[in-house]
Amino acid sequence: MKSLRRYLDKLKPHFEKGGKFEKLHSTFDAFETFMFVPDKVTTKGAHIRDSVDMKRTMSIVVFALVPTILFGMWNIGFHHFKATGQEGTLFEIFWLGFLRVLPIIVVSYGVGLGIEFAFAQFRGHEVNEGFLVSGMLIPLVLPVDVPLWMVALATAFAVIIGKEVFGGTGMNILNPALTARAFLFFAYPSYMSGDEVWTHGMIQGEGIVDTFSGATPLAEAAAGNIDKLPQLSEMFFGTILGSIGETSTLAILIGAAILLFTGVGSARIMISTFVGGLVMGLLLNAFSTAEGLSETAQAFFSVPAWQHLMLGGFAFGAVFMATDPVSASQTPKGKIIYGFLIGFLAILIRVVNPAYPEGVMLAILLMNVFAPLIDHYVIENNIKKRLKRAKIKA
Amino acid sequence: MSEEKEPLFSGKNIKLLTEPLNDSNPITVQVLGICSALAITVKVKPAFVMAVSVVFVMAVSNVVISLLRKTVPPRIRIIVQLVVIAAMVILVDQFLKAFLFDISKQLSVFVGLIITNCIIMGRLEAFALSNKPWPAFLDGLGNAAGYGVILIIVAFFREFLGSGTIWGYQVIPEGFYDFGYENNGFMILPPMALIVVGVIIWVQRAKNRKLVESN
Repeated sequence: MKSLRRYLDKLKPHFEKGGKFEKLHSTFDAFETFMFVPDKVTTKGAHIRDSVDMKRTMSIVVFALVPTILFGMWNIGFHHFKATGQEGTLFEIFWLGFLRVLPIIVVSYGVGLGIEFAFAQFRGHEVNEGFLVSGMLIPLVLPVDVPLWMVALATAFAVIIGKEVFGGTGMNILNPALTARAFLFFAYPSYMSGDEVWTHGMIQGEGIVDTFSGATPLAEAAAGNIDKLPQLSEMFFGTILGSIGETSTLAILIGAAILLFTGVGSARIMISTFVGGLVMGLLLNAFSTAEGLSETAQAFFSVPAWQHLMLGGFAFGAVFMATDPVSASQTPKGKIIYGFLIGFLAILIRVVNPAYPEGVMLAILLMNVFAPLIDHYVIENNIKKRLKRAKIKA
Repeated sequence: MSEEKEPLFSGKNIKLLTEPLNDSNPITVQVLGICSALAITVKVKPAFVMAVSVVFVMAVSNVVISLLRKTVPPRIRIIVQLVVIAAMVILVDQFLKAFLFDISKQLSVFVGLIITNCIIMGRLEAFALSNKPWPAFLDGLGNAAGYGVILIIVAFFREFLGSGTIWGYQVIPEGFYDFGYENNGFMILPPMALIVVGVIIWVQRAKNRKLVESN
């Protein structure tokens, strides 16, 4: 560590004003502050600087994602071996998934950070660290067999149109990782949904056993086959089909625990999202025997509310996407409303709109747009309340 | 009263023609006529026909209104403008139906909706009502061309990336598709037109710094 510090100190003068590499200042700064907490102090006014800056916060989120990444890799191998009817050791299974997921992560980080660095150089500001998390989230919400150039394109779209256009990290109205997913979802639907994209090797179709079905549990439920839903333990531990990181509720809960323990993620948003989903699920259950519903719809309506929380990307979205501090509501009350509506709408879109088997992405993006409005009314309301109090006293 | 004769293509007149192409472009600077830019820019061909139709409607109605400007009582000027535009639009619509039936079907209601295109009303109100026919003609031509250029640029990108064709001809070689290339379905959806227009505005302002508002 010390030698690294000394090395950086030796290089530093070259990158400061008048140095040889003055133009690359922001690049150097990005690496330096990534390795060491910056020693900047506030000189004016009463400000308290926490040693936990944005780079440290982001690292915690990436750390919280590790369980889902590792499990996702294993799960890919597991389903590939299952689909081809082979047996594999734990290591073989994991290695196969690792080799599939790693390129997606590399491409996502490479393209995203490349654009971030280019913009920072060009505009002369510091490199923003927001992409450290987005770059990890993007691979986790994609199906395993997505072509790499699509990952690159979606990442570029998310970073440029979703973020840099609005002024970079901290200014974006939409969650960048979900922007990337939404882009792919609408641009290349055949690679983002269906029965074949979730298992590695199924598109090519070589050596797939006939009895293997590549449909996700949600797709089965949407088709009315709720008897084909996996067992509860499977849903909880995550040995089901889905995007790379979304399947295991257990791994996501470990991540949630890390986020909550370190205070990085908002408990208000997480809990209210789950409550919202539960309420909508119960409502749908209550209407599942209503007249005029087709048999498939009745079956899907009657999926127990709490099982919805473990299916698809609900848990992942609630824990890692909805809590994105930039695009979420800022006020405590606003956070509760925001989270509740995400859960509520996610299940509504999922069950009632047959075109979108997974509503979590759309629900979160929609509420991202509404977050400032919610904040506005929460604040206005508070002002009104306090004015009233002030008038009574006067 | 004898007015000084101005040359047909004086600097002022040329400016009427060229300014709407860049500095006061109806779509990217004044942000008018966005709705039709979303609707008919999926393919280049209909976008081109639309652009030509708007050029015709706008130039002719600008001239007509300019000729009538001294006889129209201000109180009923809007209705007179509407009648003139509507007459021109019906002409265009009938012409398309007679000679370009396929495209007329693709454009569907949007030809009729040229009447409500805010650019046309805006120019009639702001320019033709207080200027002579010749400058009015140039102004109409310039603004409609500024509108059409953006339309065609947007349509170019949307057709190229969304369908792999331009003017209906395949331009992305088959080999690309064998290699795993896919047309971008998002480009065909209306939101992408807004994003493309946004990117054009971005590029234009990066090049033309005086358009950037100071705040």
